[in-house]
Amino acid sequence: MPPIRDAMSAFELFQPASVGDALGILDRHGADAWVMAGGMDTFDWLKDRIKKPKVVVDLGMVDELRGIKDAAGGLEIGATTTLTTVANNPLVKERFPLLAEAALIVASPQIRNQGTVGGNISQDARCWYYRAGWPCYRAGGNICYADTPTAVNREHAIFNADRCVAVNPSDTAPALVALDAEFVIKRGSAERVVPAREFFIGPGIDITRLTVLQPGDLLTAIRIPATWAGKAHYFEKVRDRMVWDFALVNIAASLNMSGATISDARMVVNGVAAEPYRLDAVEAAIKGRPRDKATAEMAADLAVQGAVPLRHNAYKIPLVKALVKRAIRGEAEWATS
Amino acid sequence: MGQNDGMAGAVERLITLDVNGQQRRVDVLKNETLAMTLRYKLGLTGTKLGCDRAECGACTVLVDDVPRYACSVLTHSVRGKKIQSIEGLAAPDGTLHPVQQAVVEGQGFQCAFCMPGFVMATVGFLKTNPAPTRAQLAHGISGNLCRCADYNKILDCMMVAADKSRGA
Repeated sequence: MPPIRDAMSAFELFQPASVGDALGILDRHGADAWVMAGGMDTFDWLKDRIKKPKVVVDLGMVDELRGIKDAAGGLEIGATTTLTTVANNPLVKERFPLLAEAALIVASPQIRNQGTVGGNISQDARCWYYRAGWPCYRAGGNICYADTPTAVNREHAIFNADRCVAVNPSDTAPALVALDAEFVIKRGSAERVVPAREFFIGPGIDITRLTVLQPGDLLTAIRIPATWAGKAHYFEKVRDRMVWDFALVNIAASLNMSGATISDARMVVNGVAAEPYRLDAVEAAIKGRPRDKATAEMAADLAVQGAVPLRHNAYKIPLVKALVKRAIRGEAEWATS
Repeated sequence: MGQNDGMAGAVERLITLDVNGQQRRVDVLKNETLAMTLRYKLGLTGTKLGCDRAECGACTVLVDDVPRYACSVLTHSVRGKKIQSIEGLAAPDGTLHPVQQAVVEGQGFQCAFCMPGFVMATVGFLKTNPAPTRAQLAHGISGNLCRCADYNKILDCMMVAADKSRGA
């Protein structure tokens, strides 16, 4: 038998067949309920017995949460559509190649076959102090174990840290922010649509969550407007191993070209802050400029202004600069311009 | 079940699973993973537990022809789906699956603890890409680890397996 620590605590399991039934169960059980899509983030928490939810709501039987459909030139993607489906979908590849690329390099093939895009953007922080159950700020305590003189913090934040220095680990999240996506959240009989930028939150807003999702909320769909369809896209992920690993830093960029100059841009890096970190100053500064070396150098310097490295993660500063340069030059072969 | 009896989405513990083409009645805990059910309820120990954390691939099985980590699937979530483990690959008369045959002929593994997972991952991948390049195959089965680090030989075998599977 494997070590008993890997056995999950007992829970009541619900497998609703519709969004309505799922919302009813979530409403009834409130903070006792744990929403599970693919489960790839869930099982670590449960097997470590750090989280012991009384009720698990498995969304796997809810067919209406899966699928990708055209929405006025953009796309609507069901929240529990698998990453493999997103990566292989012809419409995603044609209109938003950066999202397909981001989905294709998440974790491993088996994880992409089960993990969902909704789960990928809603997943919790990977900080090992937090994941191991230490009573840190993010867990409701009053200390950050990753920001001490002896802490192991190579993977942690360089931007906007506020007590907690954990980062958002998602690959698809920065891609969706760079596409001005919106997230459809249902709760009871109500529905709200939240822009990507407001969906992800830093410790200044709520130190215990990476997204606006609260108990009772159900992320049902992701809407991507036609705005960036067919524009120039760039995605790149840097990680220690080519499989499984989360990004040390990744970058997602959408560029609207008018002739040889950039008329509008979105540029987002992840793995550097508690939320996908949008490079507003870079986006503003590269407007009206060509995708050349001078623009890239200027943007790279702007991108890292305000960075505050911890003891072991200063390497992320040159890494962000390099990725910004590459995104602006569009060096990967599938960049569309 | 107590208070949850009859509620929408409630689950029964006694369920029927479609495992290797057989209907298996089994009593499954709510928090039980498919790897545990296969190994300890159904006696199908060909599915190995390496890490139990979706980080090694030893427990890979096919669910509706798609490779999944059995350690990280709730058994209840695969009700009504077609589950195939390494025991279900060979034909009823004992003829090995082409991927298994290629492994036997090429001796692609050393200790072979990871082999069932690699074989299932390869069988699943070849269903989506029957004629891969070596690089595509390496990417397709990259969710499996070999602690003997015998990757080149494994890939050699699996490339032969792809040819055999196509009848080439």
